[in-house]
Amino acid sequence: MDIVVLVKQVPDTESLVQIADDGVSIKKQDIKWIMNPYDELAVEAALQIKEAQGGTVTILSLGPEKAIETIRTALAMGADQGVHINDSTAEGSDSLATAKLLAAALKDIPYELVIAGHRAVDEDNYQVASAVAELLGIPQVSMVNKVELTDGKITCHRTIEGGTVVVEASLPALFTTQRGLNEPRYASLPGIMKAKKKPVDVKTVADLGVDASLVGAANRKVKIKSLSLPPERQAVKIIEGEAASDKAAALVKILHEETKII
Amino acid sequence: MAQGVFAITEQRDGELRKVSFEAVSEGRRVADGLGTELTAVLLGSGVDGLTEELKKYGPDKILVADDAGLAEYTTDAYSNVLAELIQSSDPAVIIMGASAQGKDLAGRLAAKLDAGVAMDCVKVQLDNGNLTYTRPMFGGKINADVEIDGAPQIVAIRPNVMDITEAAKDSAVEKATVQLGEVKTAIVEKKMETGDKVELTEADIIVSGGRGTGGDYAGIEALANALGAAVGASRSAVDEGWRPHSDQVGQTGKTVSPTLYVACGISGAIQHLAGMSTSKYIVAINKDEEAPIFSKADFGIVGDLFEVVPAITEGVKKVKD
Repeated sequence: MDIVVLVKQVPDTESLVQIADDGVSIKKQDIKWIMNPYDELAVEAALQIKEAQGGTVTILSLGPEKAIETIRTALAMGADQGVHINDSTAEGSDSLATAKLLAAALKDIPYELVIAGHRAVDEDNYQVASAVAELLGIPQVSMVNKVELTDGKITCHRTIEGGTVVVEASLPALFTTQRGLNEPRYASLPGIMKAKKKPVDVKTVADLGVDASLVGAANRKVKIKSLSLPPERQAVKIIEGEAASDKAAALVKILHEETKII
Repeated sequence: MAQGVFAITEQRDGELRKVSFEAVSEGRRVADGLGTELTAVLLGSGVDGLTEELKKYGPDKILVADDAGLAEYTTDAYSNVLAELIQSSDPAVIIMGASAQGKDLAGRLAAKLDAGVAMDCVKVQLDNGNLTYTRPMFGGKINADVEIDGAPQIVAIRPNVMDITEAAKDSAVEKATVQLGEVKTAIVEKKMETGDKVELTEADIIVSGGRGTGGDYAGIEALANALGAAVGASRSAVDEGWRPHSDQVGQTGKTVSPTLYVACGISGAIQHLAGMSTSKYIVAINKDEEAPIFSKADFGIVGDLFEVVPAITEGVKKVKD
């Protein structure tokens, strides 16, 4: 089965995110960049399917020059080839514009299955994958923590509030990953060496035939007016007391009388 | 020109979900601010009876799409039907919950309607007819104020954040013509957790445990029971296999906004803090007084959670009796 995995390079979740001087973007220097953690699950899922039934795994990513590192990471894990949409015109695209670019690239890649993270942990938009599925006219299942493939169909366990629904979709289809789906493998040393030689096709916006006036920071439908840090809390009130029971009693009193929660 | 506000409600098994009332209430505020009408949209099968409950929150109109094919949420049927309704009514603003359903639906609708989405908003502000949406990014490390160009503007609101306001009205109820369109997905099974387990993203109180529990959640569960709370966990606790992934709070788990968040034996890694920092009150219990969690907490107890937590449980039970 031919599978395409959508990946994105994002700041490490352990990193501190700071606002740049322009007030509408983040400081990009001094950040460790990683593969979006949900995309790691997507790469692993694709590799497991490939190992079970053959086929190819193509990594598709939109991002600046640096994003090649993330594509190489996926290739080192075992994917076969990459497509990198690398064009300054596309920089700062919002979710829908990103989806248009990815969907355009997918028109030139054979696939029966597209896998993506359910969100990227940078802008947390939860939209790119569903918009790609719509633009391709294929069904989607989001936040999947278990998946089975059987003759032309995909069965996905989709996590919802308080439970799981099992959704069946015809192929070709797209699904997005949720934690619990698998444990992504690490790239092995031979894998890293091999990845250097695997083909990565670089595409521009013009190559994809997408109108440049639809993409990039200047053409966002969702415009960022300002960024701010969440308000700081007042300093913590440490509850003192002799024994644990005294401290606990004092806390319960506060929760009952001051905050009126209990 | 696009006008009017749509609030897309959400029901499951014939019961409206709480985020529906939040969406309708927020929709009422936005519609009043814009001087326009609010339409609550209800999709499902045999859901007529739910309109009475929606009237309490003051929509001018309730648009009901009732069809056997809408009994369970599927992306294709719901997005096809909603896109039709939106295209024929041409609303300026569409509000829905940033629930599992809303997060699945929003991107699909955006692509169908070529519209912008402000996802997981915690605040909607109206100034001279312009709407600004505040939405956390980077798991809550940063807040962005965004505006949407064009119409419709799709707004998904974070569950548990917007106020529910009763403003009863004798809303007009209208039946929509339903065209399911092409549906390529089917729900074959639904496995809901039994009992009265409280969903994390909707919980009013969360008691959360981390590495400091050493995997022993008995005390945390007892406190959660006493408080009627949901149980959460840090990433390390989930990675250890002590709790299921669905319990994880943080940047790679769930973002929560309860009234009270009690962090027990959680040191406060930056990605965890990002996921719970919008809680109204935060209590931290940790034996390390230097733990970063205390910098985000309102109240802290330095001590052994295995002594402190059961003592709090006893105290809570006494107050509740």
